[in-house]
Amino acid sequence: MRLKGKVAVVTGAGSGFGEAIARLYAEEGAAVVIDDLDETAAKRVADTILQQGGKAVAIRADVTKSADTKAMVDRALASFGRLDILVNNAGFPQRNQPMTGVSEQDFDRIFAVNVKSIYWAAIHAVPVMKKQGGGVIINTASTAAGRPRPGLTWYNGSKGAVVTITRSMAVELAPDKIRVNAINPVAGETPMLSEFMGGAVTPEMRARFVATVPLGRLSQPLDIANAALFLASEDAAFLTGVCLDVDGGRSV
Amino acid sequence: MRLKDKVAVVTGAASGFGEAIARRFAGEGASVVVSDVNAAGAKGVAESIAAKGGKAIALSTDVTKSADVKAAVDRAVSSFGRLDIMVNNAGVPQRYGPMAETNEAMFDRVFAVNVKSIYWSAIHAVPLLRRGGGGVIINTVSNAAARPRPGLTWYNGSKGAVATITRSMAVELAPDKIRVNGINPTAADTPMLTEEFGAITPELRAKFIAGIPLGRFCEPIDIANAALFLVSEEARFLTGVLLDVDGGRSV
Repeated sequence: MRLKGKVAVVTGAGSGFGEAIARLYAEEGAAVVIDDLDETAAKRVADTILQQGGKAVAIRADVTKSADTKAMVDRALASFGRLDILVNNAGFPQRNQPMTGVSEQDFDRIFAVNVKSIYWAAIHAVPVMKKQGGGVIINTASTAAGRPRPGLTWYNGSKGAVVTITRSMAVELAPDKIRVNAINPVAGETPMLSEFMGGAVTPEMRARFVATVPLGRLSQPLDIANAALFLASEDAAFLTGVCLDVDGGRSV
Repeated sequence: MRLKDKVAVVTGAASGFGEAIARRFAGEGASVVVSDVNAAGAKGVAESIAAKGGKAIALSTDVTKSADVKAAVDRAVSSFGRLDIMVNNAGVPQRYGPMAETNEAMFDRVFAVNVKSIYWSAIHAVPLLRRGGGGVIINTVSNAAARPRPGLTWYNGSKGAVATITRSMAVELAPDKIRVNGINPTAADTPMLTEEFGAITPELRAKFIAGIPLGRFCEPIDIANAALFLVSEEARFLTGVLLDVDGGRSV
């Protein structure tokens, strides 16, 4: 039980990486606030955790909205009494296409969900962690930040912002004993995959992509969850400002 | 027991990071070959592990010598039946000083211990890992690779080589299911620090710590915890990673 007594909030936890992180945290003893824009999905994940004897509550918070983010942090305090770990995992992809074809609306949405969400999370969660004497923040970034590829330019840029913000938050919050790290997944077996690939994922498209990953497969949500567990745990007490590639060697 | 039934060789395991790694691995169920050029130190660590119910044997190894490195990995096989994990941790510092005042012997030694050791390790360990169907290699690098600071130029360069070799080995060995990752520690209270700087005065310590956002030195257990994560199944999709364990120093 590597997170016994800890309280975590995981955004975008109704599916994919976020769901795997929430489940693993609960298995390791954490009480978890499961946030997702898809309330049904959030409830399903929370119910599953409860059925397995874990502690979880579901909430529908839109991470682009200050009031929603505040409500999410407050829910952790109201239900579980504290907040130790915040996982900013909710993200929004760009459908694979030329950069000049992306509408303003989509551009704004990509940056609102992927970047501004971290601003709101900082505004509302950091004071709570400071008051408690420390905490851990984990941001889901992407290999796209360090190794951008064509067709995903605005998404890539948003993740570049997340990487720099992660490192900058790390040095700014270190005196408060708040560690801030990020995880850089390569494309995974999640609902976002078809967006990254620009539509239905054919076996040929998958094979072409897998050929660029030295370990020869896509990332799986458990890969990301395991990294998120390590980073949130006491084993990573001296890690801050790290952006950890979980990508089968893709970024080398 | 996150490393149950695994067999590991850890070089430079008589003290500092290597000792902590060997102890942590043994505590998680691995059988460990405790290798060090300091035979008595290695023996002490192995006995202490065994006294706590762990599995370990000590071996005197000069990692710059092919025969010694071969003996270390062969010992893993002869004593414990296989080799799953190779931790290339042995390293030597450069005595702090201007780069043009470092003598040839010091330069050669820094590159032999820090870099060529990994060549010998590859020559002798990789075939065994391949035979076992895969494995994990961990190299102790340094945040000096990406963030070199004055007075340690040749040491910094040796670690730059290790960083690049780590990433290159990772992509070359991925088809064999051999993962290769590096750990970048920052300054720690280990024998190496004194070798670099001589006596560590309170002023020098304060200066170091001022450059580390989390406000303390790296501790051997920090490195051991990172190594445990990287060799465990939890990191099965990580290869070619250079993990900073440095309290934010490299940001």
